Amino acid sequence: MKHYEVEILDAKTREKLCFLDKVEPQATIAEIKNLFTKTHPQWYPARQSLRLDPKGKSLKDEDVLQKLPVGTTATLYFRDLGAQISWVTVFLTEYAGPLFIYLLFYFRVPFIYGHKYDFTSSRHSVVHLACICHSFHYVKRLLETLFVHRFSHGTMPLRNIFKNCTYYWGFAAWMAYYINHPLYTPPTYGAQQVKLALAIFVICQLGNFSIHMALRDLRPAGSKTRKIPYPTKNPFTWLFLLVSCPNYTYEVGSWIGFAIMTQCLPVALFSLVGFTQMTIWAKGKHRSYLKEFRDYPPLRMPIVPFLL
Amino acid sequence: MGRWTEAASAARSAGPPATPLVLSATSPGCAVTMASSEEDGSNGGAAEAGEEKEAAGRRRRLGFLATAWLAFYNIAMTAGWLVLAVAMVRFYMEKGTHRGLYKSIQKTLKFFQTFALLEIVHCLIGIVPTSVLVTGVQVSSRIFMVWLVTHSIKPVQNEESVVLFLVSWTVTEITRYSFYTFSLLDHLPYFIKWARYNFFIILYPVGVAGELLTIYAALPYVKKTGMFSIRLPNKYNVSFDYYYFLLITMASYIPLFPQLYFHMLRQRRKVLHGEVIIEKDD
Repeated sequence: MKHYEVEILDAKTREKLCFLDKVEPQATIAEIKNLFTKTHPQWYPARQSLRLDPKGKSLKDEDVLQKLPVGTTATLYFRDLGAQISWVTVFLTEYAGPLFIYLLFYFRVPFIYGHKYDFTSSRHSVVHLACICHSFHYVKRLLETLFVHRFSHGTMPLRNIFKNCTYYWGFAAWMAYYINHPLYTPPTYGAQQVKLALAIFVICQLGNFSIHMALRDLRPAGSKTRKIPYPTKNPFTWLFLLVSCPNYTYEVGSWIGFAIMTQCLPVALFSLVGFTQMTIWAKGKHRSYLKEFRDYPPLRMPIVPFLL
Repeated sequence: MGRWTEAASAARSAGPPATPLVLSATSPGCAVTMASSEEDGSNGGAAEAGEEKEAAGRRRRLGFLATAWLAFYNIAMTAGWLVLAVAMVRFYMEKGTHRGLYKSIQKTLKFFQTFALLEIVHCLIGIVPTSVLVTGVQVSSRIFMVWLVTHSIKPVQNEESVVLFLVSWTVTEITRYSFYTFSLLDHLPYFIKWARYNFFIILYPVGVAGELLTIYAALPYVKKTGMFSIRLPNKYNVSFDYYYFLLITMASYIPLFPQLYFHMLRQRRKVLHGEVIIEKDD
């Protein structure tokens, strides 16, 4: 069996970083990354981007050396992706924050509101309901992160955790401050408004969870395969007929419900910002689907049926 | 924040003159997949793509209409700020004081500074190869200063600090817009480029000082009147305190100004230093 030789050069400086001889032809990029880490331990595999062309796309971990357009001496270019952190860690941190922070405001912990309000309780029932909904939402997210989601990327750049946590924690504190404020004003249309909002919220939470389960079932454990998602027997998944990312649709719906329930402008703003970001993601995913699958259902829009 | 103007425009023109146009490529970044597109980890990639797009991106010559419009726009803005400069000099020569200077030029200032909102549109439609976000921030900070501080808080209009940033903005904008005008017409005199990449060294800190001192002078008045503020309780369960907003704005200069200043210095070395190398090869 003919062995390959692999030389790894820095993509920017073209400096020779590593030379591997006697590499198996069936070796994967993942294995080459592991070998590279041996000589440069500060560059663990997750932060390595190896490519055939210095300005080209990153090779995938699953790519096999033999199948690449290289001779028996392969030249790979290395780019440092920077310190990485696992998706699971980021998700858990960014979701645990709002859960905890909201409760600080709900229980009116000292130094937030005036001292005469310390540890008092709101006299509005909607405030208690809002706390339950908000907490439920983030507990659901934490559990999904641990037990439901199947991530195709193991890691993301470290700076993302600071950015993401600022966003989630900041907004959580901002909306919790007003909802749990002693001077909070309950919704204009009273119990009717709250009931409607609660219905929207619950339906969208169930919907969002259904989509997450459906997506999970599309992909076997440990694999990174990609397939077109289709509606299942669960009626909540029928939204797949109209949108590529119904999980985002339901998520926006949940927050709209929460905004109506609390009649709190910061919640509405959070919903708007979230909607903007999710629309960008949905459009990206929609485009990826269209590129990858010739037979992608033409009726589907990225996030809002028929519109967006 | 005159500094924003300088940094953003330096970023724009570090490479060849404005005529080769780069279309902004939307980059899905890493393969976006089903369960995990949340917090797409490709931010690093996207930033890279942004920097590299000037080099490797698609280029398209500006159409005649776009060039004509931009030429008109840049000439008009150069003229407008020149008018402002002349008016300010004349006022000072006639009156010998800065008191009343702002009042005398405020209409012209507001007109031309507000007109600059168009620059965001230029980026949106792609006839100027700068990011919408950078331009948006830079123009917004100017609009903020003009409309939300000097226009709305009358007692600060006679502060010396106002003259400080007005002078800085005026010189900066005249240099900047004439730089663009000449670049568009492919006849860039070296002294304009020199001015563009050297004046900022003084103008930036001067402008920032003027802006900060003006906001600082406005604080007592804002606190006393409670202007632009919403208090609880109200139907939408929100509050806003303009006084604290101004304090936070002032604080934001601390991380932002050094970054912009050093970015400008780096651009200066690249552009002016690059120029020297080409001449040597000749």
